Amino acid sequence: MLLIGAEDEEKWLAEGIAGVQHNAFYLHRALDSNNLRDALKYSAQMLSELRTSKLSPQKYYELYMRAFDELRILEMFFKDESKHGVSVVDLYELVQHAGNILPRLYLLCTVGSVYIKSKEAPAKELLQDLVEMCHGVQHPIRGLFLRSYLAQISRDKLLDIGSDYEGDADTVMDAVEFILENFTEMNKLWVRMQLEGPGRVREKREKERSALQELVGKNLHVLSQIEGVDLEIYKETVLPRVLEQVVNCKDDLSQYYLMDCIIQVFPDEYHLQTLEMLLAACPQVQPTVDIKTVLSRLMDRLSKYAASSADVLTEFLQVEAFTKLSNAIEKVIEVQVDMPAVGAITLYVSLLTFTLRVHPDRLDYVDQVLGACVKKLSSIPKLEDSRATKQVVALLSAPLEKYNDTVTALKISNYPRVMDHLDNGTNKVMAMVIIESIMKNNTCISTADKVEVLFELIKGLIKDLDSATDELDEEDFKDEQNSVAKLIHMLYNNEPEEMLKIICIVWKHTMAGGPKRLPFTVPSLVFSALRLVRQLQGQEGDIVGEEVPATPKKIFQLLSQMIEALSAVPSPELALRLYLQCAEAANGCDLEYVAYEFFTQVFVLYEEEIANSKAQVTAIHLIIGALQRMNVFSVENRDTLTHKTTRYSARLLKKPDQCRAVYACSHLFWVDGQDGIRDGERVLLCLKRALRIANAAQQMASIARDSSGPVTLFVEILNKYLYYFEKGNKQITAAAIQHLIELINTEMQGDSATSDAFLASTLRYIQFQKQRGGVMGAKFESIKL
Amino acid sequence: MNFLIGAFKPACNISITFSDGKSRKQVPMKKENGKTIMVSLFQSKESIAGKVSIEPLQGKKIEHLGVKVELLGQIEMYFDRGNFYDFTSLVRELDVPGDIYERKTYPFEFSTVEMPYETYNGANLRLRYVLKVTVSRNYGGSIVEYQDFIVRNYSPPPSINNSIKMEVGIEDCLHIEFEYNKSKYHLKDVIIGKIYFLLVRIKIKNMDLEIRRRESTGSGANTHVETETLAKFELMDGAPVRGESIPIRLFLSPYELTPTYRNINNKFSVKYYLNLVLVDEEDRRYFKQQEIAIYRQQDS
Repeated sequence: MLLIGAEDEEKWLAEGIAGVQHNAFYLHRALDSNNLRDALKYSAQMLSELRTSKLSPQKYYELYMRAFDELRILEMFFKDESKHGVSVVDLYELVQHAGNILPRLYLLCTVGSVYIKSKEAPAKELLQDLVEMCHGVQHPIRGLFLRSYLAQISRDKLLDIGSDYEGDADTVMDAVEFILENFTEMNKLWVRMQLEGPGRVREKREKERSALQELVGKNLHVLSQIEGVDLEIYKETVLPRVLEQVVNCKDDLSQYYLMDCIIQVFPDEYHLQTLEMLLAACPQVQPTVDIKTVLSRLMDRLSKYAASSADVLTEFLQVEAFTKLSNAIEKVIEVQVDMPAVGAITLYVSLLTFTLRVHPDRLDYVDQVLGACVKKLSSIPKLEDSRATKQVVALLSAPLEKYNDTVTALKISNYPRVMDHLDNGTNKVMAMVIIESIMKNNTCISTADKVEVLFELIKGLIKDLDSATDELDEEDFKDEQNSVAKLIHMLYNNEPEEMLKIICIVWKHTMAGGPKRLPFTVPSLVFSALRLVRQLQGQEGDIVGEEVPATPKKIFQLLSQMIEALSAVPSPELALRLYLQCAEAANGCDLEYVAYEFFTQVFVLYEEEIANSKAQVTAIHLIIGALQRMNVFSVENRDTLTHKTTRYSARLLKKPDQCRAVYACSHLFWVDGQDGIRDGERVLLCLKRALRIANAAQQMASIARDSSGPVTLFVEILNKYLYYFEKGNKQITAAAIQHLIELINTEMQGDSATSDAFLASTLRYIQFQKQRGGVMGAKFESIKL
Repeated sequence: MNFLIGAFKPACNISITFSDGKSRKQVPMKKENGKTIMVSLFQSKESIAGKVSIEPLQGKKIEHLGVKVELLGQIEMYFDRGNFYDFTSLVRELDVPGDIYERKTYPFEFSTVEMPYETYNGANLRLRYVLKVTVSRNYGGSIVEYQDFIVRNYSPPPSINNSIKMEVGIEDCLHIEFEYNKSKYHLKDVIIGKIYFLLVRIKIKNMDLEIRRRESTGSGANTHVETETLAKFELMDGAPVRGESIPIRLFLSPYELTPTYRNINNKFSVKYYLNLVLVDEEDRRYFKQQEIAIYRQQDS
């Protein structure tokens, strides 16, 4: 076969059209003068133009449409016996005298349709005759168009017949038989197109064939429009016959198109009732057919149908739609060995979507789908295909979206097994999806078992997986770990014992995460544990028995382990903060030794790990703050700790830092509250020491000719003075304050006119207290500004 | 030259009419000059009766040695021009020798004439029936006038009429089975049948059914055979695949057929064949010819 240039084709088409027009002109003349003989002659000549083999389907279609329009006119003429004076019976014979088959059959169909309409002969016989005679055209394109013409021209008659309930059911069957027969033959011709011509033009041929698919599908469309085709007929006749054709033609293009056509054209209810039959055909199609798309569409349609009303749901149950679909998919995957993983998984996604829509209450179905997927996945090596992994993610995300409740997903036993088959990256993505879902829905995971499962699921985030850790984006990693940290807060149970179990499990998992992850996860876990501690503290009275496993002591042991792990990272600052938190909690529980132990750890850390001066400053202030609130310690212990703190304060690197830390230490000796320590002496000592340091700083500054800082330090110390003065510390006297103000003023003089806002506010405050009167006013009276 | 024509003008007008000429069926007949005229139609064992009228030209008398009418059945071979072979010859004397002065009419009748053969106009011969009126004269030659008529004989439907069914093929190339519903068809019949493709290894372009007429004349070494294709009817367009069955429905009425004639008076035969022709894409023809009998059936 020659490859035909488009130009030549245009030329041939133009010639063909010219031929049709030329003969149509004489045909019209013959019709106007009611000359039957000429009408037949010119119409036959006109139709001879359709005998060409030179045109592609698209061009042939153009030509066909020209002739088609003329034939409609001819049909009108045939209909009117008064014009030509020949009975339709004779006419039916007359047109068969034409020597060329193609014009002959076109004319026969045209007269045939008039004949059927006239009801002078049983429609059944005529239809049968027409569809049989059309066998004469075996050329695929010409045959397809001829039969398409037959379908077209008989369509309205068939709808009439098919909908004629007054007649017996046989007439409906006649119409159905006819269409099926025509459909079968058309499909055969269509398939045959593929076999013609050498392999290298295969692509072109497939394109051409696709252009013709509508012609074949049209038959199914007509079938679906016939009112008389009820479920019974559909089930007993239409579907089996169509499927038989689909399976037997062994042509992938045809099988794909027709399966899709069946699904789209006929009502959902029919599909549901004939599911088994329809699905049985699926594994039988060629391995190259994209059956997954077909099935997906079917399930999509069915699930929409299920959603349409509650009544139909019972039908779904009755016909066991899920089981059937599930079996069919399994079979398809089994038969189509070459189907890529992505295909199989896509199928499972569709099935899952269907299940979730139709049977949201049936978790076992979901599990079953996932189980099947696992089976498939385990038979192939780890997924490499990005499309396939995407599908797996979709598969796993679907239940989460549906249930709005991740706990439900945790019940699905096959869920983690599917995740196992993902590569690391995807696994993480999936884990993130799970966490996000939990966060979005504010789901509380409340049992240890579930937590265990959950962590199994998101293990991609929790620890490094077996393979070498690929280079990670720092930001992504942080996001991930922050999510895990958030997640830990979602694990909660009111029952202390269960909660403890949860914490232990989480700890077990996070511990495996390595130094990179611990700084993110440990704080969450620590606070989670501390919350439990406080809870226990609230119900302290009830827990006296020895068997109670969840005691604060135990938890503190655990906490200490956790934080210790952190110091190994190392992340000493964080560990220090956490120790302080624990110490405070222990304080709340009246566990002096525990608290002391924590402080010990704090100081060890401070000494050994925190070298940065800035960090030291922060740490000291934190320690001071925490220690100040402690009330469990015996005097001795407290002394030791405060002593240490003060000493560390005084040893900070920068003078201003020293100064500030030291005056902060004063608070360690002055605690508000009923049995707070009020050691005015030592407070004063601290303040004086601070002043000394401030002085030294002042001198150092003036040497360096940088005069900004030190006054501020004095003012700050002044504020401390004022604070204790108000609190009634006997050691702090008005005179001392007076003295300090003067000292500041002197210092200010050297510093020219820059008035200090802080100082001004402080002085204004003193003024205010003086004028306030009462006890406080009297106290302040003696201070002179 | 006008006078010369006048000189050769016959001395009288002779006309022959059939007594039931008005009611009798007229059928077209092609003459040698290509014109078609309508003539009366008879069949065997009918009586042929009528009148012969002789009208001398104005004011002339005809002396004659007798008037006769003959009914002749002739076979004329074109390659043997001028030689008629009369297979039937009947004579009726109409008048004794004498003179005719004015128009004179003679009735005649040939009763229940055996006319076993049908009028036939073929490629190499014709068979015709004619009434010949001869006015014999001593001088100036006899005056002769002819009147053609056509004979068609009807046959009852054959009691045995089997279908034709056959499997043919070329090994490993093409294998078909065809079937025609009958072996004997009447002239207005329709051939119904089908072709079943058992094996197709060649690319067939189309398939035709032809009706061929085989006219053989003479005998022995002098036999002349003339074959004519009267109908070429396309049965199939395109290449079929194995298992395909193509229907045949061919109406015979549009074609100018005659019944099958077998060894008519030992002079000639006319036979009909159905020729199934398959043409492949290289325009090679594969065919199978099959004789059918054709008979004339009385119109109901």
